[in-house]
Amino acid sequence: MSAGHHEGLFVEGHSRLHRMAPEAKVAAAVGFVFAVALTPRYAWWSIVIDMVAVVVALALTGFAPSLIARRILAVVPFVLFAFLIPFIADGEQVTVGPLTMSREGLWGTWNIVSKAVIGISVSIALAGTTPVADILTGLGKLRVPSIFTAIAGFMFRYLELIVADLGRMRTAMTSRGYRPQWIWQAKPIAASAGSMFVRSYERGERVHAAMMSRGFTGEMPVLRTHVTPRNDWLLAGAFVATALTAAILGALTT
Amino acid sequence: MHAPDGFLTGGTAIATAAISAGAIGFSLRQARKELEDKQIPLAGVAAAFVFAAQMFNFPVAAGTTGHLLGGALAAILLGPAMGTLVVSVVVVVQALAFADGGITALGYNVLNMAVITAFGGFALFQLLRRVMPKSATGVVAASGLAAGLSVVLSSMAFSIEWLFGASAPVSFDTVFGAMVGVHTLIGIGEGIITALAVSAVLASRPDLVHGARDLDRAQLAERKRLPMRTFVLGAVATTFVVAMVVSQFAVGDPDGLEKVAIDEGFIDSAEDHTFGEGIFADYATSGIDNETLSLAIAGAVGVTITLLVGFGMFRALGTGRQATRTSAA
Repeated sequence: MSAGHHEGLFVEGHSRLHRMAPEAKVAAAVGFVFAVALTPRYAWWSIVIDMVAVVVALALTGFAPSLIARRILAVVPFVLFAFLIPFIADGEQVTVGPLTMSREGLWGTWNIVSKAVIGISVSIALAGTTPVADILTGLGKLRVPSIFTAIAGFMFRYLELIVADLGRMRTAMTSRGYRPQWIWQAKPIAASAGSMFVRSYERGERVHAAMMSRGFTGEMPVLRTHVTPRNDWLLAGAFVATALTAAILGALTT
Repeated sequence: MHAPDGFLTGGTAIATAAISAGAIGFSLRQARKELEDKQIPLAGVAAAFVFAAQMFNFPVAAGTTGHLLGGALAAILLGPAMGTLVVSVVVVVQALAFADGGITALGYNVLNMAVITAFGGFALFQLLRRVMPKSATGVVAASGLAAGLSVVLSSMAFSIEWLFGASAPVSFDTVFGAMVGVHTLIGIGEGIITALAVSAVLASRPDLVHGARDLDRAQLAERKRLPMRTFVLGAVATTFVVAMVVSQFAVGDPDGLEKVAIDEGFIDSAEDHTFGEGIFADYATSGIDNETLSLAIAGAVGVTITLLVGFGMFRALGTGRQATRTSAA
């Protein structure tokens, strides 16, 4: 959503999670968050178990706690709405100090905030330890259609270039005194979006022509294959099993 | 708009994921037919364009900025199938590689931000094209309106998903009012930028605008020049009309909880909302008998209030930023 995103969240490292096969990591992340999503909110201790598992995963990344904290805070603007819920929700009202809040609404806040924080932590553990190209390889191994991963791969390959293009247009406009304040001054920006589209499209055509001349048939060649280590599947399985067990126990006891 | 995990229930997440996967599959097949083997590099670079376009900060007011969502723009330039495909790729990569939006939220994020803005936006675009003149100006105007409305459509979709999979007992009306209100404003910026961007592409490579393929050279040359202020005022006026129409849907049957309360006979004992006595309670203006008219007035007043509050906030933020910028310089 903001500038500087194109580098991705990957941080170089040699931790256990860095060395884990990408397909196992992606499968673990997706399985884990879906199990968390299906956990009933009233089973708060199930969600606490999930949180402990997430802390273990984050510890396995070897990242500094300050880095992790800073990245988790990125979710704050999106969950602000959750803190309004107790005041606008219906149902039984409870009084805490000077405030009157809906009991169900408070459970709603807990549900959204806890699951959003678990979700972003899992994403941080995945994206921080896996380069984008490896995530795509992992998706391919998990049977995501190759066209989809190939398009995503091209997107990522050319993103830096196109963002740099955008930066140059910005610099050119700024150096000519363009400092827009109001929406009716947005025309040059929109026009540069248009010309960026034309440039990108023409680049796509040139890339395609270059690929054709090198024998591209419409399928991306597979450059390297590897067998997923059994230990990685076991580690992934352990995380998903923890969350699933917590979800099932939670559903049975509430 | 990138919703994190936990906003909607697990079941809704899975259901929307299935719908989104189906829509992506459909788009893949359509795009393959249209582009043949050209699709991979071209779609990839186009996806990079949409990703970068979301970094396009445009001024809103008093120096504050908003950014483009780009679903309708992608659909108008590339066609609805390619548009959906490309924006879906962007949303999925943002979730997996940039922690932008939750992984379980991917189902509804792809549905709301890619499928609905691209397919819905393109449908609106084509409907609007029918009533617009067959010229470059017509295409630009239809693009702007469709892009603005596609954002509103997307927020309506979220409200409807909330109706099925609410993670908290907040009524549909409240979520609908808040989401659609805010996104009507976001839609103004989206519409203006999309219209201008399409206009710029039409000026240099009209053959690349999928939505203008039916026009011939003479029709493309027919362009009216509009001053930006007229353009912006037109957009704001359109917003009012949209709000008046949209607010008609906001009311109607009592919501689920109210209905249960009526059935159980305890509605009398239930305390009314704090705003229950306000003149716009339940979005209908009291004292005006015609319900359609009163809803329209409530809608218009709602937009005015939101515009004013938004303007005030932009102003406040703007002065703060201005101050820091001057001191930094």
